[in-house]
Amino acid sequence: MQTDPMLAFLIRRTGQSAIVVLLMATIVFFGVNVVGDPVHMLVSPDADQAEIERVIRQFGLDRPVIEQYGLFLKGAIQGDLGTSFIFGQPAVQLILQRFPATLELAVSALVIALVFGIPLGVYAGIRPDTRSARAIMAASIFGFSLPTFWVGIMLIMFFSVQLQWLPSTGRGDVGSFLGIESSLFTLDGLRHIILPASNLALLKMSMIIRLTRAGAREVMQQDYIKFARAKGLSFGRIVRVHLLKNIMIPVVTVLGLEFGSLIAFSVVTESIYAWPGMGKLLIDSVLQLDRPVIVAYLMIVVFLFVLINLIVDVIYSALDPRVSLTGAKS
Amino acid sequence: MKRILAATSIAMGLLSSAAWADDLTIGLSSEPTAIDPHYHNLTPNHSLTRHIFDPLIGQDEVQGLYPALAVSWKPIDDTTWEVKLREGVKFHDGTDFNADDVVFSFERAPNVPNSPSSMSTYTSGKTIVKVDDYTIHVKTEGPYPLVPNEISQIAIISDSIKDTSTTADFNSGKAAIGTGPFKFKAFVPGDKIEMAANADYWGGAPGWDNLTFKPIPSDPARVAALLSGDVDIINDVPTSDVETLKTKAADQVSLWQGSSNRVIYLHLDQFRENSPFVKGVDGSDIKNPLLDVRVRKALSMAINRPGIVDRVMEGVALPAGQLLPKGFFGVSEKLQPLDYDAKGAKALLAEAGYPDGFELTIHGPNDRYLNDAKIAEAVGQMLTRIGLKMHVETMPRSVFFTRASSGAEGLPEFSLILAGWGAGSGEASSPLKSLVHTYDKAGGFGSSNRGRHSDPEVDALIEKALATVDDDKRRALLVEATEKSIENVAIIPLHFQVNTWATRKGLAYEPRTDEYTIAMGVSKN
Repeated sequence: MQTDPMLAFLIRRTGQSAIVVLLMATIVFFGVNVVGDPVHMLVSPDADQAEIERVIRQFGLDRPVIEQYGLFLKGAIQGDLGTSFIFGQPAVQLILQRFPATLELAVSALVIALVFGIPLGVYAGIRPDTRSARAIMAASIFGFSLPTFWVGIMLIMFFSVQLQWLPSTGRGDVGSFLGIESSLFTLDGLRHIILPASNLALLKMSMIIRLTRAGAREVMQQDYIKFARAKGLSFGRIVRVHLLKNIMIPVVTVLGLEFGSLIAFSVVTESIYAWPGMGKLLIDSVLQLDRPVIVAYLMIVVFLFVLINLIVDVIYSALDPRVSLTGAKS
Repeated sequence: MKRILAATSIAMGLLSSAAWADDLTIGLSSEPTAIDPHYHNLTPNHSLTRHIFDPLIGQDEVQGLYPALAVSWKPIDDTTWEVKLREGVKFHDGTDFNADDVVFSFERAPNVPNSPSSMSTYTSGKTIVKVDDYTIHVKTEGPYPLVPNEISQIAIISDSIKDTSTTADFNSGKAAIGTGPFKFKAFVPGDKIEMAANADYWGGAPGWDNLTFKPIPSDPARVAALLSGDVDIINDVPTSDVETLKTKAADQVSLWQGSSNRVIYLHLDQFRENSPFVKGVDGSDIKNPLLDVRVRKALSMAINRPGIVDRVMEGVALPAGQLLPKGFFGVSEKLQPLDYDAKGAKALLAEAGYPDGFELTIHGPNDRYLNDAKIAEAVGQMLTRIGLKMHVETMPRSVFFTRASSGAEGLPEFSLILAGWGAGSGEASSPLKSLVHTYDKAGGFGSSNRGRHSDPEVDALIEKALATVDDDKRRALLVEATEKSIENVAIIPLHFQVNTWATRKGLAYEPRTDEYTIAMGVSKN
């Protein structure tokens, strides 16, 4: 019986991923548990010694670390990654509650980065010697090197404080469309998302510009482009069909990874704009040593990255028929 | 003509939206962790839930007590306080308030599942007995004067929610039924908390129709949100921005400052012959010099308190000579901040047998109090000036407090630490009990006494004060205990924090010593 190469690939990948997840669980759990002591962060200074001991018992911190780890693994297998010390809610629920806000921010940032990044990059690649191409490249260096935190504050100072065009903080009203709830469906929501999404997009946009430009410059020298020109194809068609398709592979690879980091670690942007997403939850949890939330968060992120990489592999095969999934064995 | 009309109507539209400003948006530096008023004994939570729930006894801007759901309270014998309840008060769901709700609230408050810091601190040792629908008795084990202060921390919830009162039900709004001036509308964690006015509030309808609380922990972002008009008031204005806001943005914002109940102080190792972070000038082990009161006094004299206030705190603090600022119950009128006297300090050190000083490390948190790490550095420099070889080490609070309380085999690990204390009850017994009284686990005394100063005479005064119901007598005892402990340098007070709020022009805020940010304190001027 012939096995479906796709299925075999997926099964192998799942096995590998399970090992990665288990390893990460161990590293994360012990890493988080050796740092500091959450009890003194949580208990009111007014509390007496008896209350402090009650809290230690309540969170199971009186048990040996190995036993805590065993309990954590036991729960994790059943899908329970612990209960937040601070909020008293299941950590996974707390994180997933914040997921839509982060996802819409990441998607918006990605769209902004693509919509501006690819055309600018292609242009800079095709006409590398023009003044505007040089300006684009110079701007992309700024996009790379300016710290997100500073740019975020500058955007607020300019667009919110000086011009008063856009709100400086928070997420807007949430609307519902086809059963999906998102702030992208309301005007107020869109006004709120422009600044954080642009701030988050800036770095990715710069990266896309540089990647696309490098790819375009290389591809423009290829024989098939010259041949297509000789055949008299319109310039637009050459760019769309022959150029774009061939420079997309590195862009998709990088975007896949970057999308993961956009979702998982948009911590700085979410903090500046008080965006109620997962990144802000993570940084708050780290600051307050809400261990179960930190552990659960990192576990979810590991899971997310594994998933995204899988999707990227599948997209490769769609973009380039030479990349076969069976070949991904090695 | 048409165009002018259109322009006018747009302008009118803008004006009318500004004139609706009976909605208030508040930018908060820390997010409350729940709507459940009994879940977490934490300032941001108390500050928020005060809008929805009333306590029996309220605390005003300077933590003076006023009648809220109680109309009067008095001790009727050594162990019983009689509290008369307000009649005719209705909960947000229309049910009447009576003694059953009080009994229910006090039963629930210390027993909320998963609470990271329970309200048992305020309820322990008290039994609530219903006498009739509008009278309760609070029974204590012995004479206890702080009953009114402590029951003022407990929010009263409706007993109609008995079966469903989980913290999640409060957060969803189902159980968030109080008697307070505002009704719960929505809680979106990390994003906002919304409330609407309770027009039938027993104390009269509040001055604001709708409230939105937005947590904006990032300092520059919070200030920017105020400047851009996204929020109307913010708390915890960073000290570095105070001057800029005062001068450059004076036409847009107003600042409201008031002293807090929080003292920033140094604790010194007073229980070990060999203190881990004390060394001789040559690096050898020496007998802990901090055991000598003259050395402690010298350290205190070497600190230039006005200098710290001016330079490190940018003027936003008050030099401290005792544990609470003037105006609080039980503070000494006599005690002044010790004058800066480096020469005198040096002479005192020499007299104590340390003419060449010794080596000492000051430890402190770097993310807990306003400018904490900078203060530790300044103190380090000042002590270097009297000949000590100083090291300064600061760390995140998640590491610091554990090590400072029980780092070395369950004992405080450091020799000299910087920390702060806010007096929740609003009287001097609070810092005296926790910071100065001998560490006593069984009695619940000295829980934050990380220097382990121990003076039986002061202990006796504090214990006596905590069992003296008569206000004048208690005040005298607290003053005496404070003066004695400062004289023996149980603790070196540095300064009192000053809290700063900023509002947009046209609003005023009544600064509060307890650091609460409440809409009831915001008025239009």
